Amino acid sequence: MSTTLFLIQLLNGVQLGLLLFLISAGLTLVFGVMGFINLAHGVQYMIGAYLLVAFYSVTGHFMAAMLLAMLAALVIGLLLEVFIFRHLYDRDHLDQVLVTFGIIIFLNQLVKVIWGATPLTLDPPEFLSGSFQLVEGLMYPTYRVAIIVAGLAVALLLWLLVTRTKLGMLVRAGSTNAEMVSALGVNIHRLFMVVFGFGAMLAGFAGALAAPIFSAEPGMGDDLLIVAFVVIIIGGIGSIRGAFIAAILVGLVDTLGRSMVTDILKLFMDASAANQIGPALASMAIYVLMAAVLFFKPTGLFPARASR
Amino acid sequence: MRGANLAALVIFALLAATPWLAEFWGGSYLISLVMKAMILGIAALSLDLLIGHAGMVSFGHAAFVGIGAYTTGIMITEGAPDLSAILPVTIAIATAFALVTGAISLRTSGVYFIMITLAFGQMVFFTMSSLSDYGGDDGLTLWERADAFGTGLFDSDTGLFYTILATLIVVTLLLRRIVGSRFGRVLRAAKQNPTRVESMGYSVFAYRLTAYVIAGIIAALAGVLFANQSEFISPATAAWQRSGDLIIMVVLGGMGLRHGALFGALAIVLLEEGLSTLTHDWRLIFGPMLVLMVLYTKGGIAGLLEPRRDT
Repeated sequence: MSTTLFLIQLLNGVQLGLLLFLISAGLTLVFGVMGFINLAHGVQYMIGAYLLVAFYSVTGHFMAAMLLAMLAALVIGLLLEVFIFRHLYDRDHLDQVLVTFGIIIFLNQLVKVIWGATPLTLDPPEFLSGSFQLVEGLMYPTYRVAIIVAGLAVALLLWLLVTRTKLGMLVRAGSTNAEMVSALGVNIHRLFMVVFGFGAMLAGFAGALAAPIFSAEPGMGDDLLIVAFVVIIIGGIGSIRGAFIAAILVGLVDTLGRSMVTDILKLFMDASAANQIGPALASMAIYVLMAAVLFFKPTGLFPARASR
Repeated sequence: MRGANLAALVIFALLAATPWLAEFWGGSYLISLVMKAMILGIAALSLDLLIGHAGMVSFGHAAFVGIGAYTTGIMITEGAPDLSAILPVTIAIATAFALVTGAISLRTSGVYFIMITLAFGQMVFFTMSSLSDYGGDDGLTLWERADAFGTGLFDSDTGLFYTILATLIVVTLLLRRIVGSRFGRVLRAAKQNPTRVESMGYSVFAYRLTAYVIAGIIAALAGVLFANQSEFISPATAAWQRSGDLIIMVVLGGMGLRHGALFGALAIVLLEEGLSTLTHDWRLIFGPMLVLMVLYTKGGIAGLLEPRRDT
């Protein structure tokens, strides 16, 4: 494989990693702070994509549509929290799984009813279309560069928010020991609501960013949700830093695995066998990574709590 | 007689009468639908041994169903279609897989256990997708069913139906014995407080691993039945969505409650079928039903029938 192709795959990996981070950040906080397993987080990603398409067709302005989509994703997240999820925080994890599964089924179908089953495509805005010359002879789509920049910016913002503000301090304290934070007189319900809404907004933002590349379709969040869970488990539940490192790691392993495993296998086995095993091995790579991490560190790389 | 047992008896009687009822309404479609529901019931019952009694939430249980289905499919294709060969091979593979992945998975607990079992399930799924000699991603149609020890029992739908029903009853009784035994009590004690059970001299690890192997073998047997019933094997059998479905069945039915997993499996299969005849967008009804069920009941369907816990 040529260096150029390798660099492009590397960038694709980072870009997938950053999208995964945007989804995982909310998931790991909701899980870490409230001990709540939110399977519907993937649906919030899908909703983000659809909202962008919908608002774009109304306003005709990409950035305005993006802002509106994020706001609407925030509102939807808050509504779900107030009406359903807050009644489940002290219930069994598996009850939470069942409820959020029911919400997935409902919203996936609702999206189908409203927008139809066919994927909706959307072009990136004028100023982000075309390609970008990174180094001599390496063209890369501008929109994908924009995703990387936006992802890094949000990651930085989130890091500042979590490490430098009072709210961030409460969130960190909450993911270490929520009961103790509540005992110290903090309004834990409001904290939960803020964290949940923020997480939903980030997932919606990720979906909106992804819409011009992957198109919006029903169920688009389901497989990504599982990968996001892989990310937060590798990173350690409740840890933003862990989620960031694990997201980039998973993005790179998945992308590079798909483009390289078959070629590597061909070095020491015949081509037809490599073509048969390669794709399966590449799809498996992130799960092998997770199993290996858990084998050596049974609570992930950067666990927020010493023990759960 | 208590509610759940009575309900189970009625259900078993209805199941036994299904081939006869089908002559008046539903025909062969009803028979194959009920067969599918019973097979899922067997798999869900085995998963409940892990979730309800041992506190081990496996998110990779469909992998065992897939292992059973693929062993059956491959052996039929390769000219060894008799159950006298298929069953020992299936049990051996399922045991080996459960021992290895269980031993590794049990290093973790809680949510991490859920995810590591998912990882092994996905590895099985992608391995099956790579078997291009046996259909790869698309799956493989089986041209004949397995030979039931030379009797030809599986040649008719009725024969297969009663074999599945008999398996379901045997598995129900067997699991009930296991759960009521000293082994089952140690499992439940370890679910509540592993440290204390450990300090009493029991190896929690050994008990949990044994439970994992038992559940794996039963799920693999469900897979053998599934391959025969659908006459088709595909990686989708082992997909994470199927593992999720099994968890949903166990939780909806009532974790660790008598017959809960069976109620859950039948309820979900029949609800999906019933609602989809009402409207094309049946999921708009089914989703909120799940939400309301959890918000307003505790202990699932079996919990409704028997308000007090019987563990």
